[in-house]
Amino acid sequence: MGFKSYCFKKSLWLFHFGGASCNNCDIEILDCLTPRYDLERFGMLLVGSIRHADVLLVNGSINKKDKPRLLEIYEQAPKPVLVVAIGACGCTGGIFAEGYTFAGPVDNIIPVDAYIPGCPPKPEAILAGIVKLLGKN
Amino acid sequence: MSKQTLIPIGPYHPLQEEPELFKLYCDGEIVKDVKWETGYNHRGIEKLAEQKSYDEVFFLVERICGICSTSHPFAFATSVEEIVGVEITNRAKYIRTIIGELERIHSHLLWVGLAGHFLGYNTLFMWAWKYREPVLDLFEMIAGNRNNYAMFKVGGVRRDIENQKIPAIEKVLSLVKKKTDLLVGAVMDDPVFHARTKGVGVLTRQDILDFAAVGPTARASGVDIDVRRDDPYAAYPLVNWKVITAKAGDVFAKAEVRLLEMYESVFIIEQCLSGLKKEKEGDVEVKIKHIPEGFGTGHTEAPRGEVFHFVLSDGSNSPARHKIRAPSYTNIATFKKSCVGQSISDATISLAAVDPCYCCTERLAVAIDRQSGNRIMNAKEIISHSASITNKLLQHE
Repeated sequence: MGFKSYCFKKSLWLFHFGGASCNNCDIEILDCLTPRYDLERFGMLLVGSIRHADVLLVNGSINKKDKPRLLEIYEQAPKPVLVVAIGACGCTGGIFAEGYTFAGPVDNIIPVDAYIPGCPPKPEAILAGIVKLLGKN
Repeated sequence: MSKQTLIPIGPYHPLQEEPELFKLYCDGEIVKDVKWETGYNHRGIEKLAEQKSYDEVFFLVERICGICSTSHPFAFATSVEEIVGVEITNRAKYIRTIIGELERIHSHLLWVGLAGHFLGYNTLFMWAWKYREPVLDLFEMIAGNRNNYAMFKVGGVRRDIENQKIPAIEKVLSLVKKKTDLLVGAVMDDPVFHARTKGVGVLTRQDILDFAAVGPTARASGVDIDVRRDDPYAAYPLVNWKVITAKAGDVFAKAEVRLLEMYESVFIIEQCLSGLKKEKEGDVEVKIKHIPEGFGTGHTEAPRGEVFHFVLSDGSNSPARHKIRAPSYTNIATFKKSCVGQSISDATISLAAVDPCYCCTERLAVAIDRQSGNRIMNAKEIISHSASITNKLLQHE
């Protein structure tokens, strides 16, 4: 067992960073917590600060105002941290990639471990993505 | 003079899922002033719309806001149809109305849940979001996606709701009605909910008129406005329903208005479904070959209030100018009234009470050169610059 898989062996705590998004991915992430999907049965918990999170969920296209803040949040995260780009905008910039405020997709700014495409991805897809990521490490 | 403490909330905070920064200036526990900063969500949609064809703009405008992702295409379709001067078929009108009202149901359920969450009443949060899922399943059945339905196009709708799907919709509606009873009970009969929300975040009738607030926020303060009744569009003239209002203007009244509106939405959809049965299947679209020069406006009642779109066409394939005003733009300004004088713990629910949607609201307010840090344009200059461009386009036409 490597160091990374040792770190992610137990309950993962998630921190959610909503970039310049349309809000749908944010809602679907929140939806994962509610009775039908119930993320918390896996010991996962959405927390209020990156300083005690293991996974950074990033959704939405990143605009010029978000970019320095995303970098700062990534630097504050205790390492190792898993970064998951959620939604078409998180992966590539999606429909907003041609906008004048667009500052590059998430993987141009911070290293990304998993991409979950979809507009918005279904809560099942978000869960499946995180579970696959755990299997990989 | 007493000292004030600055309490920042955000921009990335667990209170609301969108990024925004609130600055609460507090004296002891009492909020004396509130300022907010947005821009974390700005995507430049109006400019992007000018680069896309009319068919593509629908996919763009429904991604302005994920929760009211029908009201924007609705208003855009209305404004383009005003330019063309076309009347859509009755079946398309019914389908548009059904989608709009289903969206109102899921948006209001979402708000009730979040309001419970902010008050620490997580049972309400879990209940409301649990019973929101069947509505999303319905969307998946009709449109193929839980959110962002892509149902609208100029001249009608993209997909028909076949008559064989109607019983499934009726089944979900009866479930929603039953579960709304449960939620109304959970809100109205709960002494803690009463204690936390009555007399909190009060907006008087005059405040609403001063800030030009719209939607359930205005209706909860006794201002009887609703675009669906005042300037009917789609199938609203063909159905019966009533506008829900309340007098008190506090958070409780806003919850009451939203909960009772869900019954009205169910009632509207039921009438639309019986209307659908009378119309011919598949007759959902009027073919439009060319968008002539001219301008059109469209406004619809989103779950949060009035959405306004202005489209200027120069006869080409894409809009020459596209202006959007979302309801939260005016509703958010009421924070200055509703939060001031409250304790910090009540400020959160007061901020959430108007159902703010920051991704609808984002505007370019100042242009700053990143290298030098100099201001290129301030808000006033941007507005006059934008007005001059629109005037030039209008004169050219």
